[in-house]
Amino acid sequence: MAERKFRVWRSDAENKDAGSFVDYTIDVDSGMVVLDAIHRIQAHQANDLAVRWNCKAGKCGSCSMEINGRPKLACMNRLNEYDPAETITVQPLKSFPIIKDLVTDVSWNFEQNQKIAPFKPKLPEADGQYRMKQADTDRVQEFRKCIECYLCQNVCHVLRDHQQKDNFVGPRFMIRLASLEMHPLDRADRIPQIRKEFGSGMCNITKCCTEVCPEHINITDNGIIPLKERVVDRYYDPVMWMWNKITGGDKQG
Amino acid sequence: MAQAHEAGGHAQAFRSHNRTDNWWIGPLLTFLGLSAFGVYATWAAFQGAHYFHGSYLSPFYSPVIFVEETAAGSPPLHHAWLGAWPGWWPGFLPHSPAFFILVFPGFFRFTCYYYRKAYYRSVPPHTPPGCAVTSMPQKKYMGESRLLLFQNLHRYALYFALIFIVILSYDAFKSFFRDGQLGVGVGSIVLLINATLLAGYTLGCHSFRHLIGGRLNCFSCSSGHELRHKLWSKATILNRKHMLWAWVSLFWVGFADLYIRMVSMGILKDFNTWTN
Repeated sequence: MAERKFRVWRSDAENKDAGSFVDYTIDVDSGMVVLDAIHRIQAHQANDLAVRWNCKAGKCGSCSMEINGRPKLACMNRLNEYDPAETITVQPLKSFPIIKDLVTDVSWNFEQNQKIAPFKPKLPEADGQYRMKQADTDRVQEFRKCIECYLCQNVCHVLRDHQQKDNFVGPRFMIRLASLEMHPLDRADRIPQIRKEFGSGMCNITKCCTEVCPEHINITDNGIIPLKERVVDRYYDPVMWMWNKITGGDKQG
Repeated sequence: MAQAHEAGGHAQAFRSHNRTDNWWIGPLLTFLGLSAFGVYATWAAFQGAHYFHGSYLSPFYSPVIFVEETAAGSPPLHHAWLGAWPGWWPGFLPHSPAFFILVFPGFFRFTCYYYRKAYYRSVPPHTPPGCAVTSMPQKKYMGESRLLLFQNLHRYALYFALIFIVILSYDAFKSFFRDGQLGVGVGSIVLLINATLLAGYTLGCHSFRHLIGGRLNCFSCSSGHELRHKLWSKATILNRKHMLWAWVSLFWVGFADLYIRMVSMGILKDFNTWTN
């Protein structure tokens, strides 16, 4: 058993926007993750420390926080990744309002999700069945790995630093839009919304969302950029616009 | 020990962060790399000489549109697509064929999705300087929806880049023939690698990947779509390492120019199977 130092954000009891870092020193065991350490602090030194968690297996996306300044899942971040002498700083997500200590209010994300036109299937085949080939589903299956931890939303500088929540839906929902737009059986047209309301042009593809994704979804290359290219097809490429008019390209699979 | 901080302990000032890793190394190396290439390419473009030797033509100057035959290390007149240097050319600019060329690959790289990430991070206004490192404050951040709307023209730059791949591949092929004699020299290997690396970079381009198949929703709906799915899959393989292709091809195209320049100036000897 060894000692480790932590610097944890604690909010004020009366004003949740105010607060301070509080230092804790605890004994840690080998194999512990940051969430274990937070729980030990909670159990022995700060019973009122608030932290959201659930599965402890990197699959529920609840324990998102910033550890040494980097957005991470606390349950997947082992203590031995840090130098033993280093003080580990733990903070709540920056992009969302703080409820208490390490817990933030991420409900803005649920509101964005509701704005997205749902899956609208084509007519079934003559026998009443829908059929897709594996080649058609491979691409969208990557997007289905999302656990909605909102680390990508938190690190996106458009939301985090420029407070453009009214103009950009964020990487998580660009991925959801991509999964619907690229779906071989879907026939809804979301491109005008993607450009205007969801703000594809606000993303300057600096890939921080991809860097922090715990599911290793290639958010930028496979989701956002293809959507930006579809917006270009529709609005910024006269040749493609003409081609689509002649061939009905936008309506084709 | 408690200390007062902004909400959540997140400072709002430009470049503020709580990261303990060396996040700034990447943007710094990017800035140095792009600056070094920019300075060298500009210098090389302004030379207007020593871009041709034997069967080697510098990729910065290919294809030769007009030629100033009196310049040292320039090709004979029949190499130029439109002949001798025109009289209308402004006197304050050197007679350099590179001025007709570099704007095309320059625009292709400037609007490239990888390079956009690279220079948005490493060049002011740093949007952002690093992940979870505070961006420079802006009155109203508009991303690529206003001033930078032209980035959407990347695919047009791609069309030109594809033409250049054909031209540079032809140059590489021709570099193995001198006075009608098949041979090989270090320069021909350099130009062959150059065309290969530029092809790897261009064919892994996000716009190319989209146009070749990514824009389809159903890959299996017709034989044409199945073929495009195969091409899309190949472009995806290249696209996964787009950053690597971007840097290696950038370095090599500069090196190819430098090599031919050195050989043409007589500073380096080109080892080859011909006699000169």
